[in-house]
Amino acid sequence: MAFTPENLLLANEIVARYPKTKSAILPLAHLAQDQDGYLTQDAMREIAGMIGVTPAEVLGTCSFYTMFKRDEVGRLVVSVCTNVTCLVMGGPEVLEHLEQRYASDKEVTIEEVECLAACGNAPAMQVNYEFHESLTPGSATEIIEAYKAGELTARGVSGGVAGGGQG
Amino acid sequence: MKDEREIVTVTIDGIEMQAPKGELLIRVAQDNGTFVPRFCWHERMKPVGMCRMCLVEVEGVRGMPPACTTTVTDGMVVNTKSETVKKAQDGVLEFLLINHPLDCPVCDRGGECPLQDQTLAFGPGESRYVEEKRHFEKPIPISELVLLDRERCIQCSRCTRFADEIAGDRLIDFGERGGEMQVITYPDDPFTSYFSGNTVQVCPVGALTAKPYRFRARPWDLSAVETSCQTCSVGCRGSLESSSNELVRLLGVDVEPVNHGWLCDKGRFGYEATHAEDRARNPMIRRDGSLVECSWPEALDAAAEGIKRSLDLHGPASIAMVGGSRGTNEDAYLWARLAKGVIGTDNVDAQIGDGLPAEVVLGLPGATIPDLDEAAAIILLGPDLKEELPVLYLRVRRACVDLGVPILDVSAVDHGLSKYASATIRHLPGEQASAAREISAALAPLIDGRSGPIVVVLGRSDVATSAEPTVAAAAIIREIPNTRFLVALRRGNVRGAIDLGLAPGFLPGRVTLDAGAERFVAAWGSAPAEVGLDTAGIFNAASEGRIGALILVGADIVNDFPDRRLVRAGVGGAGFVICINATVTEAAADADVFLPATVWGEKAGTTTNLEGRISRVGRKIAAVGNPMPDFRIASELALRLGTDFDLETVEEIQDEIARVAPAFAEVDAQLLKRARDGVVLPLALHRDELVLEPRRIPVIDFSWEPIKPEGPGEFEVVEFEVVEPVLEADASDEAAAEEESALPVDISNGAGLPDAQLFVWSAQHAAQPTPGRDNYALRLSAGRSLYDNGRTVASTPALRALIPAQTLRVNPSEISRVGVADGESVRVSTARGSLVLSLTGDANVPAGVAVMPFNIGETGVGDLVDVSLVVTDLRLETLR
Ligand code: SF4
Ligand code: SF4
Ligand code: FES
Ligand code: FES
Repeated sequence: MAFTPENLLLANEIVARYPKTKSAILPLAHLAQDQDGYLTQDAMREIAGMIGVTPAEVLGTCSFYTMFKRDEVGRLVVSVCTNVTCLVMGGPEVLEHLEQRYASDKEVTIEEVECLAACGNAPAMQVNYEFHESLTPGSATEIIEAYKAGELTARGVSGGVAGGGQG
Repeated sequence: MKDEREIVTVTIDGIEMQAPKGELLIRVAQDNGTFVPRFCWHERMKPVGMCRMCLVEVEGVRGMPPACTTTVTDGMVVNTKSETVKKAQDGVLEFLLINHPLDCPVCDRGGECPLQDQTLAFGPGESRYVEEKRHFEKPIPISELVLLDRERCIQCSRCTRFADEIAGDRLIDFGERGGEMQVITYPDDPFTSYFSGNTVQVCPVGALTAKPYRFRARPWDLSAVETSCQTCSVGCRGSLESSSNELVRLLGVDVEPVNHGWLCDKGRFGYEATHAEDRARNPMIRRDGSLVECSWPEALDAAAEGIKRSLDLHGPASIAMVGGSRGTNEDAYLWARLAKGVIGTDNVDAQIGDGLPAEVVLGLPGATIPDLDEAAAIILLGPDLKEELPVLYLRVRRACVDLGVPILDVSAVDHGLSKYASATIRHLPGEQASAAREISAALAPLIDGRSGPIVVVLGRSDVATSAEPTVAAAAIIREIPNTRFLVALRRGNVRGAIDLGLAPGFLPGRVTLDAGAERFVAAWGSAPAEVGLDTAGIFNAASEGRIGALILVGADIVNDFPDRRLVRAGVGGAGFVICINATVTEAAADADVFLPATVWGEKAGTTTNLEGRISRVGRKIAAVGNPMPDFRIASELALRLGTDFDLETVEEIQDEIARVAPAFAEVDAQLLKRARDGVVLPLALHRDELVLEPRRIPVIDFSWEPIKPEGPGEFEVVEFEVVEPVLEADASDEAAAEEESALPVDISNGAGLPDAQLFVWSAQHAAQPTPGRDNYALRLSAGRSLYDNGRTVASTPALRALIPAQTLRVNPSEISRVGVADGESVRVSTARGSLVLSLTGDANVPAGVAVMPFNIGETGVGDLVDVSLVVTDLRLETLR
């Protein structure tokens, strides 16, 4: 989807911040992802047009970062670690359980990730980049359900950083 | 460019050498015969240090710096062969091969692959990697012409850097990361660069392959000849390669003054036209209303008979010759001699109504392509270089982007270089002269103290506007001090043809009929006295029944001449039509005699590019069937008209040109053979640009002999086969060549012939006013697109699919004015005719202008243009 009128204003503001407009690729991609839930092809094309680069260059840059989702994701993105410590402490079991449980749940997207730097309390996962540690398949499910019920509040998938913080 | 850097001393592998301070270590080593292996570094691109293959040891430096990003300093001591270096090379190669599929037996690159070669020379014999390699879908097309095998890619970024740095078409990039890193295009946005084939050539593995060459040959079955591309008049140098008497590819050869090793895709893949099904294989004559095959003597007799009849009945002015800008210089010279010296007519024109008068082409002070690099500014007033002279576009772009030369763009509509311009003067098509008057003022802030010439790329920006406004503009720009001109004519050897007299009013060697009369009467026996007609004049005369014999050399005249009605009337009205061509074109189908000619790749000789640089074209294959080279056909016709040229070989013709044609003084067969980067005319001004050593650059930039790792000279540059066996001369020839190298040579040229003054254009031009445009009309700008219905593209399967769809582009405001939807068809009418065309809105087109490429689609611009008018104004009507 194209930027909404408000976001377009914001986007132009972001572009103006940089001496080299190209530097705006990442913050604009965050903004687009915040708006649409993931980084659509239309959005990458629009970003390319705004800063005078080719869409291939935007895709090349964005595809380097796993936090940019180029396919539709659910409202909740759950990243389960299966790196060494988590592997030993039961990460793969958590992953397998969650994958089965939420296979047909459009609201929840499960992904496997490398070390989240939370090895001290492995196995670990993130829900929309919020840490949860010392998990079992059961406790992981409970946490996700709490998010779904609104008992825990999730921030936007890309962390809501586009316009403000990092941008 | 002069290198003014300080000279320093470096020691590489114990050998002391001198080098300019700040030069890259890898280049210094190579220039001195030490090959440092590399994948990502490329002579013509910025170093990136991506592949780590070039690691070396430098005394006093910790770790191992890459030779491709290290610059030399005084006293630097470098080791490229120590045990540590070898271990590093071994390691880098082992890593590269972890994910490499090693499918060499089915890989196009196998046998000339830098990865194979360098692994053999510098790498481990075995891999310790036993896990599964990464897998990707085997080749995916990234454009109509190029396929990508991601498994083979070693991520050197040469292709992506080429697309970005050199071509300015960043349609490919790296995506993903780690083991998944790969070259990507954007979905639905293929790599449609006009220069895409270069990425295949620079890829150091078989990851990128070209559709026309895939699986066609193996490198060891190929034989090659160095040649110049004749698809357009940039004249890029290349290595033309064949297998079993079939052309299979053209690779770019790096020639400093011309193409830097690059080719455009039309030039690179256009060789396929040579093998087109519709090539004519035998002569034909008209019998009972249709063309039937016959023998050469029969056809030649009939042709000569037709000429003779017209000559006897109506005199030489009843005979005309059109075309000849796609052959060699030797062809052009003998056509000129046949027409002007034997028949005695000056109705001769190699250009077909879409160029500039010969006075302008020959009479302006010339620039060379390297002048662009040192220019104070570049003025663009002419065709869209990206579409018409692609590698010149690369050179102008480089001068601007890399070397900071400012561009002043004088144009009617946006073109490929517009976005690089520092200043722009927009004009309506036809108003070039008034735009030219604004140039001086616009130029001043651009030059701003910069030294160097002002290089003007001058040409016709479109065929719907006559040459007149451009000529008027040239006369104005000529007055600006320090200007030099690159005349942007398009056809391969159009410059050579004009230089050699295939233009009304001129004789071979850049002299007018007047100035050359005495000399050519002495040399040829006779020369025309009256200035003849140009192509449009010839067709006018023919349509009125005043041309008894019309000789059409080469061109597809009906599609290439801007005014179809006139050309058809002309060919139809000519008494007798002789057509010399490779295929039976529309005009040829109406001919009385058809003579099949050989084409590029099938004949040797020389060609002249737009700078006036003469270089040799090579013969790689024998023509199938019975076509003859043009120069032989011209000789045979002359013989039948009573003159024996007595010129058997190309070299003999070259020597005669050097003797007879004033501008070609000293440029004989011997010099042409030895001048590596060609000879720029006039030699007197360009003598110090001559390079007489043989070329020592391999075609694939680092195919060397790997199986000879010991001893000195580990790096042996493959000496490129430059010439036909003639060069393996005997000792006396060599001695002669030795002597010859002591240029300047004695001007024995023209011994005994009267002098003739070279032509200089006075630039006195009485400009005709351009008619105004009324508010309801749109002015047509009909440039060319690289891929059009011309023979090269139409007969090349790989390129044919790339011809764009025909549409008339106008400013969106015009669309609403007419009251139609974007893309809807409308009736387009001019003084000449009317057509139904689809209309496309494009905000880059200024209001009041309509843009449509020439020679696209069955009907088009040619049906709308009347060449007797200066401009083409059109009206739009809805069909509803
Ligand atoms: S495709 Fe070839 S040129 Fe491009 S990065 Fe891969 S190996 Fe290098
Ligand atoms: S730019 Fe012209 S000469 Fe060079 S490769 Fe292309 S067509 Fe051939
Ligand atoms: S291994 Fe899972 S958080 Fe480090
Ligand atoms: S050639 Fe130097 S790092 Fe690739």
